[in-house]
Amino acid sequence: MYGGGYLFEKTSLDLLADEDQEKLAEFEARIDRGEKIEPHDWMPKLYRRQLIRMIEQHAHSEIIGALPEGTWITRAPGFKRKLGLMAKVQDEVGHAQLLYSAAETLGKSREEMIDDLLSGRSKYSNIFNYPAYTWADSCFISWLVDAGAIVNQVANSKGSYGPYCRALERICIEEAFHLKFGHHAVTWLATGTPKQKKMMQEALNRWWYPMLQFFGPPDKESAHSEVLMRWKVKILSNDETRQQWLDMYVPKIWELGLTIPDDKLKKNEETGKWEYTEPDWDEFVKVINGDGPCNKERLAVRKTAEKRGEWVRKAILATSPSKEYVTPLA
Amino acid sequence: MNIDAIKDLAYKMADDQLIIGHRHSEWIGLGPLLEEDIAFASKAQDKVGQSLAFYKLLEALGGQDPDTLAFGRTAAGFHNAIFAELPNGEFDFSIIRHFLFDTAEFIRFEMLAASAYQGFSNLGKKFKGEVQYHILHANEWLQQLGNSDDKTIARMQNTLDYALPYALGVFEPSKWEEALLAEGIFAGERELQARWEERVHAALKQTGLTLPSLTTVEPVYGGRYGQHSEHLQPLLDEMGEVINSEPGAEW
Repeated sequence: MYGGGYLFEKTSLDLLADEDQEKLAEFEARIDRGEKIEPHDWMPKLYRRQLIRMIEQHAHSEIIGALPEGTWITRAPGFKRKLGLMAKVQDEVGHAQLLYSAAETLGKSREEMIDDLLSGRSKYSNIFNYPAYTWADSCFISWLVDAGAIVNQVANSKGSYGPYCRALERICIEEAFHLKFGHHAVTWLATGTPKQKKMMQEALNRWWYPMLQFFGPPDKESAHSEVLMRWKVKILSNDETRQQWLDMYVPKIWELGLTIPDDKLKKNEETGKWEYTEPDWDEFVKVINGDGPCNKERLAVRKTAEKRGEWVRKAILATSPSKEYVTPLA
Repeated sequence: MNIDAIKDLAYKMADDQLIIGHRHSEWIGLGPLLEEDIAFASKAQDKVGQSLAFYKLLEALGGQDPDTLAFGRTAAGFHNAIFAELPNGEFDFSIIRHFLFDTAEFIRFEMLAASAYQGFSNLGKKFKGEVQYHILHANEWLQQLGNSDDKTIARMQNTLDYALPYALGVFEPSKWEEALLAEGIFAGERELQARWEERVHAALKQTGLTLPSLTTVEPVYGGRYGQHSEHLQPLLDEMGEVINSEPGAEW
């Protein structure tokens, strides 16, 4: 997983006015030619800032996203699902490691990023502020939330910043396995006993609207500017990724005999676009700003983990020379 | 060959790996460093995978299928050492247990690799390679924390002293010891413990920690005969919650 619906700062073009215009023109020309920007290359301050913000949101989403699924490892029914889920959640934490490392190449340390996560200054994917009540919720995440993330990540892997793109390429390969695992687990529930089917349907009912929100607010309302697209920081718009996901997964959900909780959902054959009931975007804003069903719990768990681990990190530093990592893992 | 003796040993190993594997998996998402979430997740998968192999062996010897064996028994039917079922506690306990327990596991698999019973020798050869990495990981942390500042060393020493009675419980005498020895199936718990003490002693000598005289340590026995601490049944209840909620269903 898990990047989706990144939140960008309002871009202040004043920042660009201060830049060396010649270097800026060369930087933009490189991106136009499809070249990757590497850590030691010249880049505008705004580019650096927005990239850090995006990559750290993505990394945070991986570690916070590991929590709702992680709680299902002990209860996962049987060896096959248990081993699959352990491997998957392990991958997600591994993605966080890759992504923090990519963001560190831009000058912000992992510790600073985690501090910003814990203080609420830095966000993570909103969908993880919803609870995973049953095994079926966990299966929904494995299949359909990961599917949403893949749509996003495949697009972003074509972006302009080398370390981020390479990390995403590796991540996408692993995500493909998550998708198989999740689809398999959902299929078994959706075609299982009446009790299992009901469990899966209820999970779908709970997650449908948070899933539509996962891709971020509609394009007409979202604040990202044209410059982020031009610099290939953002590749596809929120609506484009949402449409891609609907196109790929609605038929697969229907195929399993599940009912999507939206009477208005249909593909308009003329425009080729899916029409659907908009999720509650006021709720989205409220949840992003900290007032969702699980925001407090998720951050509290992370804070406890940080606090419990503090003595370990100090103990290692007591005997090891401190070393800053600036080399990307991918 | 003495099938009852073989089954008894297979249950011990299967249950040990299943339970310690679940404890390891509880660190995923909560470790002191991301790298440790990943390491514990990796070890958890190895351990649970190893338990599955032993349950399959038991199934081939006429037992129930692995999911039923693993998720369908109550604590009284489990043969794991009590050490494995204790909660993770803080990272110091998890690392000390990881070191003491996996050192014993490694030697057990090494001894099993030489078993006259082919089912065991195959698995022993395969798994000692996996557990080798677990020991590398445990020893690395033992060195780091056991040679850190005074406060950390004192903390680790305390934990080591607390853990030792449980660690010795791993070698609880088996009622099949003589039969296993006589048929060359397994060289026995006494031999295992002797080799374990050597290795543990050697590893600790490279740290600021000291190993107390083990003759003064009273082992915590019972686990091998189904007498467990209060921590096992709640864990088993959680492990079986979903799979036992709809008997006969496939998941």
